Amino acid sequence: MPATWIFLIVLAIAAIGYVLGRSRALASASGDSRNLHSLPSYYGSHVALYVAVPSLLLFGLWLVVQPILIERHVQTLIPEASYQNQGELNLLMSDVHRIASGLDFAVDYGALGAQQALDLDTDTSDIRAILASVGVALGSDVSTQTLDAAKRYRALSATGDIFRSIAVLALALAGLGFAVIKTNRDFRARNAVERVILSLLILAASLAILTTVGIVLSLVFNTIEFFKLYPALDFFFGTTWSPSFGGGSQLGILPLFWGTFYISLIALAVAVPIGLFAAIYTSEYASPKVRSMAKPLLEILAGIPTIVYGLFALLTVGPGLMAVFGPNGGLGWMQGGTAVMTAGLVMGVMLIPFVSSLSDDIINSVPQSLRDGSLGLGATKSETIKQVVLPAALPGIVGAILLAASRAIGETMIVVLGAGAAARLSMNPFDAMTTVTAKIVSQLTGDADFASPEALVAFALGMTLFVITLGLNIFALWIVRKYREQYE
Amino acid sequence: MYDSPTLETKLNTKNIKIAADNVQVYYGETHAIKDVSVQIQDKTVTAFIGPSGCGKSTFLRTLNRMNDTIDICRVQGNILLDGENIYDPRVDPVQLRAKVGMVFQKPNPFPKSIYDNVAYGPRIHGMSKSKADLDQIVETALRRGAIWDEVKDRLHAPGTGLSGGQQQRLCIARAVATEPEVLLMDEPCSALDPIATGQVEELIDELREDYSVVIVTHSMQQAARVSQKTAFFHLGNLVEYGDTSQIFTNPVDPRTESYITGRIG
Repeated sequence: MPATWIFLIVLAIAAIGYVLGRSRALASASGDSRNLHSLPSYYGSHVALYVAVPSLLLFGLWLVVQPILIERHVQTLIPEASYQNQGELNLLMSDVHRIASGLDFAVDYGALGAQQALDLDTDTSDIRAILASVGVALGSDVSTQTLDAAKRYRALSATGDIFRSIAVLALALAGLGFAVIKTNRDFRARNAVERVILSLLILAASLAILTTVGIVLSLVFNTIEFFKLYPALDFFFGTTWSPSFGGGSQLGILPLFWGTFYISLIALAVAVPIGLFAAIYTSEYASPKVRSMAKPLLEILAGIPTIVYGLFALLTVGPGLMAVFGPNGGLGWMQGGTAVMTAGLVMGVMLIPFVSSLSDDIINSVPQSLRDGSLGLGATKSETIKQVVLPAALPGIVGAILLAASRAIGETMIVVLGAGAAARLSMNPFDAMTTVTAKIVSQLTGDADFASPEALVAFALGMTLFVITLGLNIFALWIVRKYREQYE
Repeated sequence: MYDSPTLETKLNTKNIKIAADNVQVYYGETHAIKDVSVQIQDKTVTAFIGPSGCGKSTFLRTLNRMNDTIDICRVQGNILLDGENIYDPRVDPVQLRAKVGMVFQKPNPFPKSIYDNVAYGPRIHGMSKSKADLDQIVETALRRGAIWDEVKDRLHAPGTGLSGGQQQRLCIARAVATEPEVLLMDEPCSALDPIATGQVEELIDELREDYSVVIVTHSMQQAARVSQKTAFFHLGNLVEYGDTSQIFTNPVDPRTESYITGRIG
């Protein structure tokens, strides 16, 4: 039975359970819902939850575990002589998968009878031709072992699916029976539903946390793997970045780091003053009408995808800068349109709404009484802002800037399109440079061999970046929280 | 000019500090202050009393043009400070506020040190020639605010770390430091406990020697304790204005009597 059907049937049983539970509860209270402990709908929900939650959990678990178990078993059918390492085994296994799913297709489309598919033999029939006729292309002729493994795979999957349907539906019905029997007028269905809801919420939260942990662990393990192949000291203090997949790479992080730092610095130099002044204008000077127009307009900037900013850098800002600072502009500082300056300026524009929107909120949360106090002493508006409002809002503004900084450090698309791909240590902001994130992309695009330091270095780069941005974020949150304590 | 003929004889026009004449205040469409005329004497504490929303705080804020900071607020009529109209276009409201200081309902020390809080006004207005000069101004102001002894050892600690009553006296010292001629106080004790209130009231009484003090208060006892003149506001009108003793013992208007005996408000 296909997975979708099982899912729908479970839901249907749950719906029936809802009605059953509700009516049974009402019947036990002789039709008057005031005699029930909980509202009738709680009794219904209680039964529905008992039907759906355990059986769907089992269903999900089964979907994950069954292929793993079958895979393990089928692997043992392939003779060890036919492969030398894990990579070749993986290739063989993917052949097995293709043949198995190809046979499924063939049966579905009627190219093979169900029994025929089971009796197939490499000597008597041309499996490549049969599968090609239903649109599954195979790279090579099928060996007997592979075909056997594929047949075995199909057989096991089919039995597994049957057991799955039985187990899931049986559990659903058991849940239905159990919950319906429990239902009577004194049963505290409301509290039971509350507990189930609580555990569902906890489940959602822990899934999110577990995913984070998983991401971090995969970074950590691959980073350790990388440092086994490449000395950590050379990685952190090397000044040359020249990966070559043929071997003999120099993988020093410093040029990438410098590029990241330099571009972020220019971006912040653009975004912080503009964003902050914009925030001061919208929060302190603008009339409510102007503010209600200007703020959303500024925030539109935050909604532009970064690839669009990248195009803007590549097609507009780069050539524009070339016209002034390039060889034709007379200054000759700039050799090409892609440069630290190009990416930095565009990234700065991208960050303006981050700084302005957060700062605006923070400036607004400075109590009006402080402004009144300062104005009442005969200070002008700008004196008040400079000497009272901004110092009071400073921790929050610093937090906003740090959040913008971690955004800048993690930005990739603008760098790829705007700053070029050359890893170099240079002071000239009109040189092409590149950043950690851009290099992670270039190390992992294409056919990456995850056993080589050239590919694994991406994880070490990612890990370093993660630690830095995490540190910045924690620092920013700490500052913001410290600030909050002052006024609330 | 006045509702009550007794007032005219009692007011000595020679030491009138602020004279308001037919003042109207509008918040958008709302007519918040209706036709208020009042003469506030120098070196006197004048109390504004009245039920909530009667316009006493609004009127107080017209006296140093703090209402200018509210977009929808319009003021009509004349308010003369030492004979000069403060709503004249040539008057700089910023300069005016240095002359007419203000203390607010809630203590609002800046998130700066005690010293910097008090030095804020003098620094803005360039009142000191040297650091020593500024030190002197700060000390004098803190002494006048009756808080010097409590803070002299921690002038560079943050002003927000003081207790509520100390903060309010710090704010008074801060207002005094710019050497204003009039001190406006908008319910200065409403956020304070009775002991701190007592200290602030004592301070107000001392300040009367040098300034004209106008205080808005909800507490009639407080008005009776600290003020020499009392004005009763009701629904945006100035109902009655006169000597405090007369207002509290022998009010002319029946509405005043109802309020001070607790029947309206």
